[in-house]
Formats: sequence, C-alpha cells, structure tokens
Amino acid sequence: MLDETAFDLRNYMRRNSASVTVWVALLALILFGLMRYDNFGSAYNFSSFLNYNAMFIAIALGMCFVIMTGGIDLSVGSVAAFTSVVAAYLSPYGIQVALPGAIVAGVGFGAINAFCIIVLRIPPFIATLATMLAAKGGALVISGAQTISVDWGSNFTKLGMGQAFGLFPWAIVIVAGLTVVLWLVLEKTTIGRTVLAIGGSEDASNLMGLNVNRAKAFVYLLSGGCAGLAGLFLASGFGAGQPLEGIGWELSAIASVVVGGTLLTGGMGSIPATVAGALLLGLVFNVLNFENGQGTISFSAYWQMVIRGGFLFAVILLQARVIAKQQRAIGS
Amino acid sequence: MNALVSMTGIDKSFAGVPALTQASLEIAPGEVHALIGQNGAGKSTMIKVLTGVYRRDGGRVIMGREDSQITSPREAQEAGIATIYQELNLVPLRSVTENIIMGYEPKRFGCFVDWREGNRRARDVLSRFGIDIDVTEPLGNFSTAIQQLVAIARAVSLDAKLVIMDEPTSSLDASEVEVLFGVVRELKNQCVSVLYVSHFLDELFQICDRVTTMRDGRTVSTRNVGETKKLEMIADMLGRNKDEIEAEGMTDFAGANAKRGDILLRAQNVSTGPRLTHFDLTLHRGEIVGLGGLLGSGRTEAARALFGVDGLDAGVIEFDGHPGQPSGPGDAIDMRIGFLPEDRKAEGIIPDMSVRENMTLALLPKLAARGQLDFARERAIVEAFITDLGIKVAHMDQPIRELSGGNQQKVLLARWLATEPDILILDEPTRGVDVGAKREIQSFIRSYVDKGFGVVLISSEFEELVEGADRIVVMHEGRSVRELHNPGITENILVGTLAHHDRGDEAWNAQ
Amino acid sequence: MERAMKFPRQVASMPLRFHGGIAALLVLLVFNAIFTPNFLQMQTLFVNISQVATIAIVAMGMTLVIATGGIDLSVGAVMALAGALAPLIFLSDFGAANPTLGVALAIILPLFVAGLCGVFNGVMVAVLNVQPIIATLILFISGRGIAQVLTNGNLQTFSNPSFSYLGTGKVLGLPFQGWLAVAIACVLFWVIARTSWGRYLLAIGGNERAAFLSGGPVRRVKIGAYVVCAALSGLAGLIVVAINSASDAARNGNLMELDAIAAAVVGGALLQGGRAPIFGAILGAVIIQLVKYTLLANGVEDEVALIAKAVIIILAVWMQQFRRS
Repeated sequence: MLDETAFDLRNYMRRNSASVTVWVALLALILFGLMRYDNFGSAYNFSSFLNYNAMFIAIALGMCFVIMTGGIDLSVGSVAAFTSVVAAYLSPYGIQVALPGAIVAGVGFGAINAFCIIVLRIPPFIATLATMLAAKGGALVISGAQTISVDWGSNFTKLGMGQAFGLFPWAIVIVAGLTVVLWLVLEKTTIGRTVLAIGGSEDASNLMGLNVNRAKAFVYLLSGGCAGLAGLFLASGFGAGQPLEGIGWELSAIASVVVGGTLLTGGMGSIPATVAGALLLGLVFNVLNFENGQGTISFSAYWQMVIRGGFLFAVILLQARVIAKQQRAIGS
Repeated sequence: MNALVSMTGIDKSFAGVPALTQASLEIAPGEVHALIGQNGAGKSTMIKVLTGVYRRDGGRVIMGREDSQITSPREAQEAGIATIYQELNLVPLRSVTENIIMGYEPKRFGCFVDWREGNRRARDVLSRFGIDIDVTEPLGNFSTAIQQLVAIARAVSLDAKLVIMDEPTSSLDASEVEVLFGVVRELKNQCVSVLYVSHFLDELFQICDRVTTMRDGRTVSTRNVGETKKLEMIADMLGRNKDEIEAEGMTDFAGANAKRGDILLRAQNVSTGPRLTHFDLTLHRGEIVGLGGLLGSGRTEAARALFGVDGLDAGVIEFDGHPGQPSGPGDAIDMRIGFLPEDRKAEGIIPDMSVRENMTLALLPKLAARGQLDFARERAIVEAFITDLGIKVAHMDQPIRELSGGNQQKVLLARWLATEPDILILDEPTRGVDVGAKREIQSFIRSYVDKGFGVVLISSEFEELVEGADRIVVMHEGRSVRELHNPGITENILVGTLAHHDRGDEAWNAQ
Repeated sequence: MERAMKFPRQVASMPLRFHGGIAALLVLLVFNAIFTPNFLQMQTLFVNISQVATIAIVAMGMTLVIATGGIDLSVGAVMALAGALAPLIFLSDFGAANPTLGVALAIILPLFVAGLCGVFNGVMVAVLNVQPIIATLILFISGRGIAQVLTNGNLQTFSNPSFSYLGTGKVLGLPFQGWLAVAIACVLFWVIARTSWGRYLLAIGGNERAAFLSGGPVRRVKIGAYVVCAALSGLAGLIVVAINSASDAARNGNLMELDAIAAAVVGGALLQGGRAPIFGAILGAVIIQLVKYTLLANGVEDEVALIAKAVIIILAVWMQQFRRS
C-alpha cells in the first residue's frame, strides 16, 4: 500500500492528460493550419468555421451531460432535424417565437427519453434509439418529406447569417453563452455535481440521499433542448428546415465528448474540453478541406467518419485502461 | 441511562421467512457498541431496519425520547444516523471534498457551490482525525483505508450522532486498522456513538464498550466487553455453553488418523492478497480436510487460490507432486479439480437454464465430440445423478430456479461430481439447505471420498466440520494457524482453538 | 422445425412472448387479408420475403450477441462495408478476367472482412471489457465511412447475374435469400441446441460468473458471437447489393441495427442475456416487416411507419423489464 503514491501521481496525470491533450492538439492543429494555408487565419474562415460548428458544439454540450451520468442519447441528430423543420415553420413569426419553439420541441423529445428511461426503466440506448426513429419519422411527417424554406422576410435568418454587434455570428455568441452557463451548472451547482456523482456510482448517489431521478431527467431534457437549439441553427444558417439532416450527428457529438476527456462510463467530464473536442474534430475536416484545396492530396469527405471512429477508438483504449486501474484501486 | 437508540421487539420477515424475531438493540450516547453474530444472524437486517432501508413488521425503535419516523436512508441521515457500508457508498471518481459535502454543499448567492468553503470544511473534518490529504484529489486515488475515513468524515460533518460501521476493517491492513481505531476513539471523545459490526473479535477488545450478540434473528446477549472473554462471545454466537467448551478445550485432542492415501495436493505459504496471507494445506486421497474459521478468515480466498481464480502473490501449490497453480477454472477442471462456490445464486446456478443444463455445465468439454453434445449420454448421466442424489424435480428439463435451495445445491454438487475430480473443494455446501438435504449432501461427500478422492470442506457450521472432516485446518485473519485431527475433535475444541489460536506456536506448518 | 419436435419440453417452455409473437403475426395476417388490397397474392409474398430475409439474417446474429448480454450497433455499417467490397472485387480487372473466381472471392472476402469486424468488436468487449454499446459504436461510425472511402461515395452499379442470384434468384419459386435465411436459422438453432458452444453462449448470458467458474471459455464464446453476428451482417449486405444490382455505401444497412434489435427483442431475446430464440428472431423480423408493409399498403406514409417501429421497440423492451421485475 505504501507504493500507492507513485501510482496516484501517474493516475492523476492521466486523469487530466485527456483534457490537456485535446487543448494541445487543438492549438497544434491551428498553428499547422496557419503556417500551411494562406487563408486559414482569415476572418472569413474563422467565422464560418465557428458558425458551422456551433450546432455541433451545442449538441456535444447536451451529450456531455448525458454521458457524465453514464447514459447516452442517440436521438439528438433526428431531434435536431425535427426542430429545424419546426423552426422553419415558425420563422415568419420571427426569432422570438422560433427560438423558444424549437427548444420546446427538442425538450419535448428529451422528456420522452426521460420518461422511458426513468419511469419505464428502459436502457438509455434503446430508449433514445427509438426516439431517434420517432423524431426522424415525425420530421418527415410534418415536413411532408420536403425541405421547408424559411421566411427570409423576418429576422429569423439573422440568427444564422447575421452578426452580433457586427462582429460575431449570433450562433457563436449563443453557443458561447450556453457553454459558460452549462460550465457553471456543472461546476457550481448541486445538480451538476449530482450528475457527476450518478455517473460515478448511481447506488452510492442514492445512498448519499441525492435526487438521482431529477438529475437524470435534467440531462435528457437538456440534451433535447440543445438538439433543439442545433436544429434552430441549422434552419437559420442554411435557410431551410431539413428533415433529412442530422444523420450521424449523435456520433460526432459522442466523439467530441469523449475526445474531450469525458469518461464514457460517466462520473468524470469537462465542459470546456468538450467544446475543444468538438472544435478539434471540426478543425480536422477544415484542414482536410484546405489540403484538398491545395490539390496535394485528395481526401474525400468520407474520411470524416473514419477519422471520427479512429479518434473514438484511441480514446476508448486509453479510457479502458484508466477504468481498469480505477476498478482495481476501488478493489471491486 | 438514557439510550441514544433503543430497538425492542423487532420482527421482520421476507416472503414469510423470519429474518428477525423479537430482536433488540440498545446504544448509549458516546459508546462504541459491537454487533456480532454468524452469517444470517440478522445483523444487517437489524441495521437496515434502523436506517429505514427495510420497514419493520413489528417492534419499536426509539431515538432519544421519541419513536423513530425514519423510512428512508435520507431520513436516517437527517436524523443523525450515518452508515458506512461494506461496499463504500462513495463515488471514487469525485474529489474527497465532494464526497464529504455532497448533498449538503455550502452555497454562495443561494445557488452556486462555494468550493473554497467546501474544501475548508472537508480539510477541517479530516484534520480532526489527524488526516492531512489533498481534498481536491479524486477519492479513488487513495487507499481503501482513507476512503473509509472519508466516509466517516462525511458522517461526522453531517453531525451524526450514531455512525454505523459494517465490517470496516475487512479490507484494511494492520497499520490502516490502527488509524481507523484512532478515528473511532476520536468519535467517542466527541460523544458520537458507533455501532461496530465485525467478524474480527480481537478488534472488539481494543475499541468497543459493549457487545450485542445475535443468533438466528434473535438478540442473545449484551455484555460489557471489558468483563467478557472471547470464548463467551463465540459461545453466544454459536449457541454453545462456554463452560463445556472450556472443560473440553483443555483435553488432549491428538488422535491417530485413519488410513490415508497419497498426497493429492500440497499448498505452502500461499498468499493472494491482504485477505489470504499465509496458507498451508496438505490433502491426501481418501480424506476430507476442513477449513475452519470465522467469516473473513480467508477460507474462501484459499479455495479460490487452489482453483486458479486468484493468482498467487507468493507460495507454491502442488498437485500430485507437480507444482503449478491452475491458470483458471477451465484449466483447474482439466487438472481434475472441482469447486462448488459459496454463493449459490451469484456464482452457481444459471437460473433460467434447466436442471440438466446446469448439471452438465462443467462436464461439457467431455460431453462433446467435435463440439456436438452427446445428448443420450448427457441424459443418462443426469438421470443417474437425479436418482443417486434423490433430487426432487418434475423432470430434468425443469428450470433450476423453480427448485428448492437444497435441490439446487444437489444439482450443483452433481455438476462437480459428474466431472469426477480428484480434488473437490466445497465452499459452504449445505448453507441455506434444509436438514434432510443437508444430511444427504454430507453422506454423498463421504462416500465420494471413500472412492479415493479428496475433499476440501469449508463450512461456518462447526458441527458439520467436526463430524465431517478427518482433519481441520484452522484459519484466522488470512492465515492457517493450526491443524486438528479426528477422531477427537469436538466443536468445543474447535471453538477453543479459534479463541486461543494466538497462544502458542505461530510457526505451525502443515506436515 | 423438425429438430424442435425432438424437444417437446423445450418448445413448451418457450417464452410466452413467442406465443404472443405468433398471435401478433396472426392478427397482422388476418387484418391484411381483410383490409389490404391484393394481400393474398404471390407477388406480395415475394416482396415481403425478399425484404424480410436481410432483417432476419442480421437479427439472428444480433440474437446471439444479445444472448451473451451484449449488443452490436455496427451491423448496418458492416453491411455497407461488405456490400461495398463485393462489386469492387468482381468489377476489378482480376474479377473480369476470372468471372467465376471473381464472384466467389466477391462473396468470401467481404464475409471475411465482416468477420474481422466481429473480431474487433468481440475483443473490445470480451478482452478489454469495454461496454458493448460503446465498443460497437466505433465501427458503427467508421465502418460506413470506410465503405464510402473505398467506393469514393459513388453508387456502384453492375450487371452480374451470378452474383445477383444472391438477391434475385428463386428456388422452388421462392426467393433464394428466404431459403438462405431459413437454412442459417436451422444451422444456428442446431448450434445453440446441440453444441457445447451454444450451451456456453446461453450460460454466459444467464450468469457469466457461474459459467466462468464452471470452466466456460467466456472470452472465446463472446468473441465468437460477435464474429457470427458480423459475418451474417456482411452476408445481408451482399444480399442487399445483389437485390439492387448496385452498391450504395451510404444507404446499405442504414438503421439496420434498429430493425435487428427490434426483431430480436420482439422475438423473445432478453436484453440481459441468456436466451437465443433463433426462430423468434425470424418471427420478429416478419412481424416488423409486416407492420411496415401493412402501414404502407394502407396508405400510411413511410415516415409514420418509423414512429410505429419506435413504439414497438419501446413496448417490447418495456414488457421485458416489466416482466422481470
């Protein structure tokens, strides 16, 4: 037991290494891009990159909370597609209606997930797979399987295409605000800490007298709401509600979360690192685009999924070792 | 004396089977009160009634002067009762501070957790026990002992008046136990009562004031520890007369052993971890060697080492003169070893499978020719065992979960007998089994040994060991400490040995 | 089913749901016979058999994995991967030069690659102890990506009658893949009922600890289940490609994991493991296909059918949880 200190130190390093690594990797990739491509650092590339990735960050933030409880939400992509259609329909009334409308629609699907998981006790991945189907079907039904064009007359498209204070796209401002709020929620509030405790050990959380069901409901509602927001960005950024979008988004989100150092079994995670993870994944494809643009290589867009899978694989391998160590340390 | 907690006439049964009958327990303010008893005596049921995990069927629980209203663990916490469970109820991934203040965080502006204050509180409460650690580290990075102390610190920080510790030392090493004892004494100084559940009786003398003994769901006695001998406690736990034990314990128990065959198995100085530190055993053909000892003495760990489930840290195991531990259960079965685990539900039966399938599970490699099972042979074997062991089943394809405990156990015994092992390790083969089935199982074991095989028998029931075993290796705190030979062993001698093992030859070795 | 006759007790003790499933099937058939126009025609049977076969084949593999207490989300992606490989092989110069060998390789190699995917999943689960849903998520993501990279995202059309036989051939007037599914079911049923591997599979799902302590080769059996599941998915991918005479890596096997899980669960597989109702998986696949067909044939949109499927999955799993507790 005495040599445990050495082991502690290593474990401690490894624990933080994941989020440190993601920041270092992100910075390295940015430097690489800046040095290699002329327009990489341009305001245009910067702003359009962030604007495009805002919806993925939003989804990743919600997913991060779900995964920290040890659950998973596979419905986010379809829910975003659904809410993009809802937002497009509401666009004539302006952003002041479409924004709450889209979020409420997303939270609605989150509520279905929460009900199935907490009340019906259905495993999260089954429940959210089913909701994924239902949201996809729902999106196609309400849109008649057509892309729904938004009302360009209202202020709706400003959200996705206009600039806040003439500087940043609105989507980025909103996502940045969301990041800060959720970061505070996770680090500074009871419910945030309960989320982490549940992922660490649901039984122990119950025995500690924590309100487990409330926190679980919260994360699925939040994830639904974040997907709703992403759908809103999708509709306003591309000028249409797109019922067929969102395929594979859940996987991007999971990959971002995991690359950001959040433990897939729950109990450990970081909001800023999740954002960094999402940015890193997005940036990989941005760089690939530039590389293709230079004509030196031709990476097809299809490498995206392979690279995401590769990222996930590497991180899971790392995590599997950490988890095994942890379990041995607990002595279970 | 005005008791802090007083439980009287508690009844509790599960599905009609009584777990507690008119049990009682009284804890004074600021005392360290031990609760002891055999497995199934009702200790944990008693605790769970007190902490609101179970609802009692009858009886009164008085806290202070009022009837207790506790119906959930949360309410128990708020009433000042904190429980440190055997499986720690903490979250190893989270920081020490979080584990201490979780659910009762200090807040700023009414909503944000004040981490500085939280860390300060955590350090404060830990320093009261003389512990100085980085409270922002994840709890899982610390040793089990520290984790346990953090659980206690959490209890104390919640202003607990009573801290219940369930087997707190079972996974601690000697120096860690000392630290824990320091904490318990400190709690006592702060006038916090401790209910201390333990199998290690020696510990009680160091820290406990009074001891309540339970047996078969009843409270047998409450004694002042200072005026009690270990022997009396054991006698209470087992329902024996102490004077008889004492009288017999002094008699000479040397007895010439019956004929033995060749040595089948020899284990020397075997260690697999803190729970099994030094184990010696020799097993001959045609004999039953019992492993005697209280719970937590390392009996099961010894069996797991012999069967290759836990790897060796040190020591040698020889089978038929060839050294080498099996690499795992499959390998062990190939080496003609069988192991009937203690926990029938978790490690024995496959509930949804039929009696036939359960019985031949370990035999599958021998039943299959190129992977295909020989059903005719399987049925013949199962049929034979059902008849031989008198297993009561409607038909051999009945799901095993529908059988009574005794019949389930016979099926599992048949699972191993069918592989015809040279060495059969039986961990509590008759636990939870009715009297009739128990006798039958015991006689099968004996007739099996008479065919020239060897059996290692583990049992908490001393009667079973004394009557069934040719020799008994007595274990204590992970070590084999003594060997007794039949004929000549009586329960009282065995109990006496358990109580007095530390007198005399520590350097005992298996011959 | 002839084998089943030898195990009357086993049939009698089959899960209630199996009978519930047969009842549901009968209700669907009667409903369709009365309300759906042109239901009782051979053409309807052909359409349904050719569509249900792929679901059934994957669902049988999924049933094996679920029987160990696991899950395999990568089946759809493995279908896409195998489906993308096949045309690449027989359309290559080598395949054109040696048509027979080309087609043979176009079937064997994709199945082998699919099997390797299964090894990957199995090792992640059984050796590295990663939760099955996460372990199989990796190939769920990248499997389809690899398929798209291989084909550069292009639709590969071809005309190769001998390969297309997999999806369009007829034996005794019924689609070849239907017979194939039944043949696989018989083999798997035999494996589960009559081999030690099958016995261990169920034992591991029923109580992994007990199976281990009884000498069961837990790792080997688990990896095997994932390999069989992946190989069957690969086969289903080939069939889909053969039916369409085209391979579209983006669509082949899309959402198949859902259909397969739903079919397995409706067919009586317990998510906790310990049961492998192979014919139940076929029954589940038929029910799901019939629900889809019923809705479509009665003018309900495809989209609503998705929602109906979601409800079926939730109900089936909920009833399981309900019955267990």
